Amino acid sequence: MKSYSLFKKDWQSELRTRYAINALAMFILVTISVILFSIGQERISAHLTGGLLWVVIFFSAMSGLSRAFVSEEERGTTMTLHLLAKPSTIFSGKLLFNILLVYLMNFAIIILYSLLFNSFIISNWGLFILAALFGSFGIAVSSTIIAAIISKASAKGTLYPVLAFPILLPLILTLLELTKFAIDGKTITESFVELAVLICYDVIMLTASYMLFDFIWKD
Amino acid sequence: MSSYSLTLQNLTKSFGRRLIFKKINAEFNSGNIYGFAGNNGSGKSTLAKIVAGVLSPTKGKVIHQFNNTEIISEELHKHIGFVSPYLVLYDEFTAEENLLHSLSIRGLNPDKEKIKSFLNDFNLFDRKNDLLKGYSSGMKQRVKFIFALIHNPSLLIFDEPTSNLDVEGKDTVYKLIEEESKKKIVILASNEESDLALCKTTIYIENYLQLKRRIKDKA
Repeated sequence: MKSYSLFKKDWQSELRTRYAINALAMFILVTISVILFSIGQERISAHLTGGLLWVVIFFSAMSGLSRAFVSEEERGTTMTLHLLAKPSTIFSGKLLFNILLVYLMNFAIIILYSLLFNSFIISNWGLFILAALFGSFGIAVSSTIIAAIISKASAKGTLYPVLAFPILLPLILTLLELTKFAIDGKTITESFVELAVLICYDVIMLTASYMLFDFIWKD
Repeated sequence: MSSYSLTLQNLTKSFGRRLIFKKINAEFNSGNIYGFAGNNGSGKSTLAKIVAGVLSPTKGKVIHQFNNTEIISEELHKHIGFVSPYLVLYDEFTAEENLLHSLSIRGLNPDKEKIKSFLNDFNLFDRKNDLLKGYSSGMKQRVKFIFALIHNPSLLIFDEPTSNLDVEGKDTVYKLIEEESKKKIVILASNEESDLALCKTTIYIENYLQLKRRIKDKA
């Protein structure tokens, strides 16, 4: 409940300041437009389109999700949070906020993608949605803990993608594989190993994040 | 009657190679006002932050006890009220919203009547629906006091409590300190003679390497 209250505070604050939403919306629009212009009249394969989808999602996440902690640090309100709740409550609240943001972002990207790219043909939507759900959760967890780490650094903008790349790489590779399977029409049973890897990644990142956050949070 | 005690054991703080203070030992008990005094840069605010649990000491220990039971660091925020120039509240919210959020994040009932009474006491009721970014520094200081008191903590730490306040505001704060100190520990970190005049015991942090503790018994 306390985490939910923190999430509510963050969401209300986001609706007023539009720190993350504007950055995400602009990045999604610009990236998809650049891809559309660069493809032009060329016909690209469904697999390549599926790959580009996760490139858009990865870089969009990099542009907006660090705000959860960076905005608190930049505004000087970190100490206020220290005085309000224990570290696990703060992490849960920030994670809820990033989960909502990632799901909204990925929903918007997938809808735009489906409308604008003729070659984006998914044969097994069930598998694709399952992969997107677990994948988005993984992106949210990883982005939240990376945001907490980099918020204390001076070169936040540079450090975020640099640190996120190795941490998100196993997740992105698995998601690329699952998207390929969904395009090829493979069933969920046939993709079981990749789905299991995806769920394991989420569980490991979530556990490690809660264990690490105490040390990151306190100066 | 509930009792609160605070013990500083060999407290040392350095930032990198720069030693701020060394081996501070002190004991604080409910029903008293204590002071931290010293030149600019001597480490008063740092010591206040360490006592409040928002900064870790390099060496040594801070022991908080409530009714003779040691409080774990995760639960410390429930017992502490902190006012500091470094404390920043959310500019995008009104005073009332800031206080409502702070209560709900703490897991307490967001009692509007209680907030109304505090806002009246600090002469802010008429501006309760204005965003904090429109407040003067003195008005923000008053909101910080409400933020520190609203959850009825047993340990109050006021770093430069009267900065930015007008004469009327200072009087309100001094009355409040005297009233709260009857049952609680109040710590004032200040260089103002009028602030330190309220203290039963004052710790003088005189330079990086030497610390002299002068006891000023008013009894």
